[in-house]
Amino acid sequence: MADSALARAVRWDTVVGALLIVVLLLSFTTVDGFGNALNLSFLIGNTLPIALIALPMTLLVVSGEIDLSVASTAGLSGAVMGALWNQGMTIETIIPICLLLGVVCGLINGLLVTRLGLPSLAVTIGTLAAYRGIAQIVLGSDAVTDFPTQYLDFAAGRIGDTFIPYAFLPFLVLLAIAVVALHATPFGRSLFAVGASEEAARFAGIRVKRQKLILFTVTGLMASLTGIFWALHYASARFDNATGLELSVVAAVLLGGIDFDGGKGTLGGAIAGVFLLGALQNVMSLQDVSAQSQIVVTGVLLVLSVLGPRVARQISVARAGRRAASASTSAPTTS
Amino acid sequence: MTHLSDAGPAPVLALKDISKSFGAVRALRDVSLELFPGEVHALAGENGAGKSTLIKTLAGVHRPDAGQVLLDGEPTLFHGPADARDAGIAVIYQEPTLFPDLSIAENIFMGRQPRRALGRIDHKATHGATLALMQRLGVELDPDRPARGLSIADQQIVEIAKALSFDARVLIMDEPTAALTGSEVARLFGVVRTLREQGSAVLFISHRLEEIFQICQRVTTLRDGALISSEPLDGMTEDDLVRRMVGRDLDELYPKQDVEAGEVALSVRRLTREGVFTDVSFDVRRGEIVGLAGLVGAGRTEVARAVFGVDRWDAGEVEIDGRKLTNGAPSTAMASGLALVPEDRRAQGLVMDMSIERNIGLTGLRTTVKAGLMDRGAERSRSLDWAVKLQVKYARIADTVNTLSGGNQQKVVLAKWLATGPKVLIVDEPTRGIDVGTKAEVHRLLSQLAADGVAVLMISSDLPEILGMADRVLVMHEGRLTAEIPRSEATEETVMAAATGRAAA
Ligand SMILES: Nc1ncnc2c1ncn2[C@@H]1O[C@H](COP(=O)(O)OP(=O)(O)OP(=O)(O)O)[C@@H](O)[C@H]1O
Ligand SMILES: [Mg+2]
Repeated sequence: MADSALARAVRWDTVVGALLIVVLLLSFTTVDGFGNALNLSFLIGNTLPIALIALPMTLLVVSGEIDLSVASTAGLSGAVMGALWNQGMTIETIIPICLLLGVVCGLINGLLVTRLGLPSLAVTIGTLAAYRGIAQIVLGSDAVTDFPTQYLDFAAGRIGDTFIPYAFLPFLVLLAIAVVALHATPFGRSLFAVGASEEAARFAGIRVKRQKLILFTVTGLMASLTGIFWALHYASARFDNATGLELSVVAAVLLGGIDFDGGKGTLGGAIAGVFLLGALQNVMSLQDVSAQSQIVVTGVLLVLSVLGPRVARQISVARAGRRAASASTSAPTTS
Repeated sequence: MTHLSDAGPAPVLALKDISKSFGAVRALRDVSLELFPGEVHALAGENGAGKSTLIKTLAGVHRPDAGQVLLDGEPTLFHGPADARDAGIAVIYQEPTLFPDLSIAENIFMGRQPRRALGRIDHKATHGATLALMQRLGVELDPDRPARGLSIADQQIVEIAKALSFDARVLIMDEPTAALTGSEVARLFGVVRTLREQGSAVLFISHRLEEIFQICQRVTTLRDGALISSEPLDGMTEDDLVRRMVGRDLDELYPKQDVEAGEVALSVRRLTREGVFTDVSFDVRRGEIVGLAGLVGAGRTEVARAVFGVDRWDAGEVEIDGRKLTNGAPSTAMASGLALVPEDRRAQGLVMDMSIERNIGLTGLRTTVKAGLMDRGAERSRSLDWAVKLQVKYARIADTVNTLSGGNQQKVVLAKWLATGPKVLIVDEPTRGIDVGTKAEVHRLLSQLAADGVAVLMISSDLPEILGMADRVLVMHEGRLTAEIPRSEATEETVMAAATGRAAA
């Protein structure tokens, strides 16, 4: 009991929130060009793709699953958008088609996982390759850049001279929806149960498969929305848009204290993780750190973020004066 | 049975003035205990009294805050279960700790398999040794099947076999019989007697008092972590023991009310799940408690799982109040008013990492809702209500259930399902691991539910419980329903005869 009190005192998501504030303050004072409104709007705008996908990814990881195909879905949706635009379709028809495509991508992942009982890690590594391949077939090596200006302006612009990109506002709405869905609805409550013990959840009448199918589908939808945003934000639809974005999303979500084994974490933590990662990437760019080195940093963060919460837990257990007790042969006993 | 005097041999293993706290909970206070060779020693006490904590301290899982563990009179400190095992102490923990992906044989001989040349594991010898152990316990379990999916009773048997597989000087058993039926218990006791005659010391925990009187010579009683008494069982009565455990006299253990049975609430017709059970048909009426008896492995749990929908059935149908249930859909079963208290509380009944409040709340996700959002106030009061009704012993309702003692975890599972206000309640081993006082309470509750018009189907390996509570007893044998016995004719003999397939009913 002292253990759980302590664990509450050093909750990982609070740690990440504090870390984010520290990094922001340090950057304001020590990094040239960080604090101006334009740079901050770049920071937010460049982080939005990670943030958008992190919303459903958080729910997915809480329920014990993962989707690594998100960046490829985003790329595919951008590529289809470019190809259809080249054919002269209006953007107002293209966007719903792309979103529908995202739904289909997510549905395929979800069906493979829930109907065939395959592990989502394997399934989505497969579709990661497949969706990206289709994107290349659809658009080849073209880059489509001539989307309507009012769309480009919305995706890249900011409100007046403030640091807030236009696109940040709809994100806040989506964030609010996700927070409520995960932390205030019966659906969210049952996701935690599913992630912590799928069998017990099933015995409590929770429709585990249906829930997972919904989550994968929503993740596909959000990934394609991100793909559309990406193509407009950078004014470029290419088949390799957003390559490697899944790494950043997963790193950020885990960094935010969402337990990779499922059942634990908060959306607040995940979003703090996202912006912590975004701030670090922004600072590294300002300091002329190469893109390759940035990926190394992301990778290291990913490892640390899996390690961090565990170490924090170990410390609080040790501090409560208890030895991690493992009965005769295996760990999963009471201690 | 010979009476062992205190002037006899020195204790092999002893605890001296042991204290152990978990945060604010003082699980053990200044407890002493001595285990003598050739003696079976019972440890008695209510749920949460500190029995399992005492055993884990003996075995080196917990380090005591104060006091000593003495091995052959020498102060020792075990640094973990492996240490204790090397000292010749075999422990069966209350909750099975098998590796699901390893075979039964591998689980039993974990880390000490017989070897062949070049250190290769001798599978044949392992297999043979496991078979021999199974024969000793009189069960038919395939040594090569993985532990995953074993029933709780079978898991307990594997744990027992594991403990017996090394020649322990001290055998410690925390509720080994909780899910076993009479015949398996008899086998186990046979083995324990042999061990005792060979000079082993045995520590035994059970909430079935008759078992304590059958096999033990001495009993130590704990209450709220404190030592109440340690004395020979000779001349003691069950009432004496209960009084030491709970500090008062007990009400009737089987307070069965006579209720006029109403309409059929649950109707199971020709239900079949291939290779598991065949052609099972029965009704349960409102107001009735129907007992489902049978040996371990007869298929009782499997029928319950299929009716509730966590497993699919291959043929047949299930109706509640005349409305057919969908195959394999627990959520619709729940919506029609069915509740299942499953046999395995840790894997099926509870999310161990979740709080007591939220575990009970899991069955209320449709009801404790306001405008689509969780109504936290309603959730908390619903959980608190039922935790109090079932006398769950906890520090805070927001504590995770893995900090609770085994019996208290069981009460949380009951609370979780009773809170749904079911029309049909299936309980699978409802009092497994629950102490006598609370057992009476659970029985009273079941009886009251029946009186209020709930149809109750009760699976239990505890025959006296079935006989004491059931209006009718259904008996299964090897996947088939073999007998239906009215309360007036149900006796240990008639039920056991049907359960072992000896009777044509
Ligand atoms: N790991 C733990 N963390 C916090 N409290 C614990 C822990 N383990 C046990 N306790 C508390 O210690 C007390 C004694 O628990 P213990 O498991 O020893 O009871 P028990 O006598 O074995 O009960 P039962 O008959 O129900 O198995 C209980 O109040 C329990 O909640
Ligand atoms: Mg116990």
